Amino acid sequence: MPITQFPTRADGVVERITDFMSHLRFNGVGVGVAETELALLALASIDAIEPNQMRLALKAICTKDAECFGQFDELFNAYWYGKGRRRDRAQETKEKPYEKNRWSNRSLLESEVQGSGIGNADTPDDNNDGEAEQSGDGKLIASRTLNLNKADLREFMKPEDLVWAEQVAERIARAIRDRRSRRRKASKRGAALDLRRIARKSVATAGEPLHLLKRNRPDRPVHLVALLDVSGSMTVYARVFLAFLKGLIGADQHTDAYLFHTQLVRISDALRDGDTFRAVNRLSMMAQGFGGGTKIGTNLDLFNKQYAAKMVNGRSVVIILSDGYDTDPPLKIATALARLKKRGCKIIWLNPLKGWKDYEPVAKGMAAALPHLDIFASANTLSDLAALEPHLGRI
Amino acid sequence: MLRGLDAREAIFGGTMSWTDLKTELADTGYVASDALAMALYLSISLARPLLLEGAAGVGKTQIAKTLAEVRQTNLIRLQCYEGLDSASAIYEWNYQRQLLSIRAAGEAHQQEDIEEKIFSEKYLLRRPLLEAIQQEVSPVLLIDEIDRADEEFEAYLLEILSDFQISIPELGTITATTKPLVVLTSNGARDLSDALRRRCIYSFVDYPDRATERAILQKRQPDLNARLAEQIVGFVQALRKEDLEKKPGVAETLDWAAAISGLGLKDLSADPLTLQASLVCLLKTQSDQAAIPTEVAQRLVGKAA
Repeated sequence: MPITQFPTRADGVVERITDFMSHLRFNGVGVGVAETELALLALASIDAIEPNQMRLALKAICTKDAECFGQFDELFNAYWYGKGRRRDRAQETKEKPYEKNRWSNRSLLESEVQGSGIGNADTPDDNNDGEAEQSGDGKLIASRTLNLNKADLREFMKPEDLVWAEQVAERIARAIRDRRSRRRKASKRGAALDLRRIARKSVATAGEPLHLLKRNRPDRPVHLVALLDVSGSMTVYARVFLAFLKGLIGADQHTDAYLFHTQLVRISDALRDGDTFRAVNRLSMMAQGFGGGTKIGTNLDLFNKQYAAKMVNGRSVVIILSDGYDTDPPLKIATALARLKKRGCKIIWLNPLKGWKDYEPVAKGMAAALPHLDIFASANTLSDLAALEPHLGRI
Repeated sequence: MLRGLDAREAIFGGTMSWTDLKTELADTGYVASDALAMALYLSISLARPLLLEGAAGVGKTQIAKTLAEVRQTNLIRLQCYEGLDSASAIYEWNYQRQLLSIRAAGEAHQQEDIEEKIFSEKYLLRRPLLEAIQQEVSPVLLIDEIDRADEEFEAYLLEILSDFQISIPELGTITATTKPLVVLTSNGARDLSDALRRRCIYSFVDYPDRATERAILQKRQPDLNARLAEQIVGFVQALRKEDLEKKPGVAETLDWAAAISGLGLKDLSADPLTLQASLVCLLKTQSDQAAIPTEVAQRLVGKAA
């Protein structure tokens, strides 16, 4: 039930409407002064005494999308009929510090556990269901995993490998970067004639189109957005993936990068630090500190709400680096991805687990995500990443 | 009842209320929900563009057509697609004509002011947006499926919708003689920018409920047997609750009703075979057709009755 922040009665239409707008904003509907003004104008042109008319008018003005359109009646009733739940401020301030402390204590505890047993974090499914260990051939899988570890990204911790990771990323970024525009522009070479310029030039040659000028479809830059999962199961890859992100970011000024675990952090600015090793070390420390449960669905949702509107459009490519092991219900990933996809972007998911033998996207979250992805690829070695270049270039 | 010029003046003069508008629409053959009628009314009286969202086939485009009919003005339609550019949305010079007249002027030795001449309005090809702001009587401008155009076009559209003027480098700025009533529609294929949304009055058009759909059918095909119409609407309503790829819209209902009466069916349960064959009007993908075999169709008929 929606929360009403203004339980007391104000006097006058203007004040009531302004309060109603704050009530809407408080419940996540993006309305501003312009809407208030428009609402007041609208009320003058209808019979504002009649509640249903007012509801319809305010609905047409204040709602901006289908979701909000569906919620509006409830929000309206909450405010005008006092049917909402009142927010109790005193109680909240009392609760909050306690919550906060508990949080930091827990994450501190978790990071200690994580730190003391690095070996623990290696098996990616250990914080989820442990299906692999319980099955009959658990031992075999474990030993095979150990073998394959040699080729895994976790081995590449040396500075020169980080540099390599960065170079690979830069090359991939360059491959994805340009996409042919749909519109034609004047250019030196090209398939189509630029009649507008030809006509103008022909004035000088008495209507004889001597100079044939051309139009072509220029390349438009693609905007990259990278989301890196740094939960417990991903810690071992975090360093190299961070170097990879650093490479992506370094290639231009528009690329955006985020870390997520149980929270979402924007790291674009930190990664633009000139010193690769300093940046990577700082960030991997930060990432390890949070290693623990992953909430992919929640974080993607958060990304949608906070950043996507500004950062993602039809010319964006979103790269998600995650093993897909999620503590959220799988449906959450699917809805978040579907919503992200609505912004018109391409979504690439690079999963370090897929390179492992016999791996299927068993994790339910991954299975739910697959239909929304443009490319789903394995990337647990740097050569894998490098091999992706032609693939990604075609997106 | 208000008609034609009276109706237009009534809306602008503020003597027409939103319920009048609703009845007026209904008389012209469009049964609008309260929310839609109010949104439309506000968009006219506050001179804001109207943004309509909803699934395909719920009558978003039709409302613009009906509105033009009610107000007896032109309907100017711009269908959006990816890569829509200024040459097909706003204006283009008539190059062939320009070249010919340069040539003609050259041969007649009258080349002094030829450049001015060929860049005059006479040589301008007007595309929907330019045409819409140069009408004598304010038209209805329908920008259809705006979500198919790309962000650049959306940004450009914003500029036009706020200033109602277009600048042409060779000619200068053209200001609107009348402001068109703008209706934008979107299927939700892509999210629209917040800036565009904020400028518009918004309404979400859903599939009509049973009574509304019955009224629509009554308006469009008045000679249809009342019992059969009830069955048809009931069937389509039940069909929408099935798990389909593409749910049938109002347009499909009307088509199907026409097909049913054309086939001479008096009762839906009378002839399962013909009924099944006529479903091509409602189910537009192969998997949807496979999802509604004869048994399911018969069950739905049973529900509808």
